[in-house]
Amino acid sequence: MSPRREIFARGLDLTHGCVEMSHGGGGRAMAQLIEELFLAAFDNEWLRARDDCAQFAVPAGRLVMATDSHVVSPLFFPGGDIGCLSVHGTLNDVAMAGARPLYLASSFILEEGFPLADLQRIVESMAQAARRAGVPVVTGDTKVVERGKGDGVFITTTGVGVAPEGVTISASRAQPGDAILLSGALGEHGMAVLAQRENLGFDAPIQSDTAALHELVAAMVAAVPGIHCLRDPTRGGLASALNEIAQQSGVGMRLRESAIPVREPVRALCEFLGLDPLYVANEGKLLAICPAEAAETLLAAMRDHPLGREAAIIGEVVADDHGFVEMETVFGGRRLVDWLSGEQLPRIC
Amino acid sequence: MKYLDEFRDGERARGIAARIRQEVEPNRRYALMEFCGGHTHAICRYGIEDLLPDNVRLIHGPGCPVCVLPSGRLQAAIDLVERERVILCSYGDLLRVPGAQGDTLLKARARGAELRMVYSINDALDLARAQPDRQMVFFAIGFETTTPPTAVAIRQARREGLGNFSVYCNHVLTPPALRALLATQPATGVVDGFIGPAHVSTIIGSQPYAFVATDHHRPLVIAGFEPLDVLQAISMLIRQINAGRAEVENEYTRAVSAEGNRKAQRLMAEVFALRSTFEWRGLGWLPDSALAIRPEFAEWDAENRFAIPPIQATDHKACACGEVLRGIKHPEDCKVFGTACTPDHPLGSCMVSAEGACAAYYHYGRFRQAAAS
Ligand code: SF4
Repeated sequence: MSPRREIFARGLDLTHGCVEMSHGGGGRAMAQLIEELFLAAFDNEWLRARDDCAQFAVPAGRLVMATDSHVVSPLFFPGGDIGCLSVHGTLNDVAMAGARPLYLASSFILEEGFPLADLQRIVESMAQAARRAGVPVVTGDTKVVERGKGDGVFITTTGVGVAPEGVTISASRAQPGDAILLSGALGEHGMAVLAQRENLGFDAPIQSDTAALHELVAAMVAAVPGIHCLRDPTRGGLASALNEIAQQSGVGMRLRESAIPVREPVRALCEFLGLDPLYVANEGKLLAICPAEAAETLLAAMRDHPLGREAAIIGEVVADDHGFVEMETVFGGRRLVDWLSGEQLPRIC
Repeated sequence: MKYLDEFRDGERARGIAARIRQEVEPNRRYALMEFCGGHTHAICRYGIEDLLPDNVRLIHGPGCPVCVLPSGRLQAAIDLVERERVILCSYGDLLRVPGAQGDTLLKARARGAELRMVYSINDALDLARAQPDRQMVFFAIGFETTTPPTAVAIRQARREGLGNFSVYCNHVLTPPALRALLATQPATGVVDGFIGPAHVSTIIGSQPYAFVATDHHRPLVIAGFEPLDVLQAISMLIRQINAGRAEVENEYTRAVSAEGNRKAQRLMAEVFALRSTFEWRGLGWLPDSALAIRPEFAEWDAENRFAIPPIQATDHKACACGEVLRGIKHPEDCKVFGTACTPDHPLGSCMVSAEGACAAYYHYGRFRQAAAS
């Protein structure tokens, strides 16, 4: 595959080697890293052209673009790693406009001393995620920072896609009377990462739900083109996503706690740490808001897709000048589901 | 951990609530104080007040470790990390608690102070082992629940000869706070009964609360932190009040015994001694209400190692935390609640921790205030 291999006297040591400053220096070492690690994994016609940019034709429609930076710690966690996460995150952001993602760009900030074997694992995982999603990584960049100035590896990905005619999905379109749907159980990514980071040894670890949602979205848009809002409740969880939509649309929301799916291990771990699953990050779930009369059709379309099997209607949009997201608790009481302030912290009492 | 759901069961909750409604005497007023912030949080999080008749009122007590830490002790920690260039390991909540003149550990971090947010004292021990050339100070706060782990860590540090680890001890005791609260109460009225601590009682047992019943003639029911526990305890308190009884009862028998956890008590006694007096935010200086590290372990006592001077700081003048912590004011009665004082910009400590009454009302109950106005 590599016509220029002869200029590198020795191959990269992908077993014991580490990232060095020269890997970001623009010289031969950098060319070798790109050649033997990135190109080997992502291989496609755009990268093979070895330009500083990628050129491609786009189908007609509205172009959608999103970018996302990933700084997760630990880099590897049950159910995924920073590599596949960085692909899914951006694909999902593009998909939340109802769009089909087409191309990805990725940029790496590597810390000096980071093991090349780990880097290779991450890049392979990204490449696999991109291949599965059918969206190539067509251009990229790499920089190296001195030891101590990074956290192993930071990845930024940017994606472009195209939204079909007649689909206008935005967080500002929720209207009183609309139904609120959720594609599946909450909190799996956040709790998987937290359990790994805090070394909370469990027999059956919680798996991150990291997944690309664009195919689920395509099925949903095909069933109900008039969806008003889509949002993937990542950092800050469901609570933050709903508060953002409520604010942007100038509406309130009423949820039913008993309708919101949370799996037992997540519920138990949240309980143990004093956390609320409504605020825990997801990486493979989405929220949809649509006119009430289309809710059942949309729910059926979601449940037909493997990533929406546990979808549920969890509440409705109401007129509310305060923009409050309220919830009827499993006990029949009421509570506010507020913005997250600061960080969610375990209880000490 | 499967059992947790059972204690959440909505049907059972509605059953207990219906029983409470049947049993309350309509012309009577029931003012019940939950001591612990953990209970306050469960009450607000599950909307338990919505299930109670109007004449049953819940008053929120001082049992929130972050809330009762006085600003002077906090300011001393800020000064310590800035003066001695130590690394301070702290629970996240403490970073936002106002010290003197609204200074916080977060602001100190922005000025260059080194802080590490930890989930437990073991994280701080690990950090000390990993960075032997840096002084690591753990900011210990909490009631009897978090005290045994601190004792274990101090013993461990001594065993390993960890010379770069120490503890800034702010552990306080529950019974003296209850005593102080009751001392300011009239013989009858204001608080008619107490929902007693959950986790604290697993350590100290139910016996230390006997004085509440014998000296002050108030019933106390120890309850777990699950919302059903709280409802059940309310129901038990109402029965005692109706029958004119004042007893210490235990709803949380699955975790609490009369004598508590003897092993944990021995550990605490080995490492800690009573301070003759200690300042509490809201309650003032209370005798025999807090723990200091014993001289045998002085090397791991940050107050000894760094000669931390006592600091007297005054709270923001609009702050009503003292009255809120004593149950005299409701959070929403504070003039700055939700305006100048919010979780993003707390003026008082009760707005910081999830267990603080002001934070709980702000997060879970603000729509009530909006509906009322
Ligand atoms: S609203 Fe703020 S200042 Fe007022 S009592 Fe509560 S925490 Fe203290």
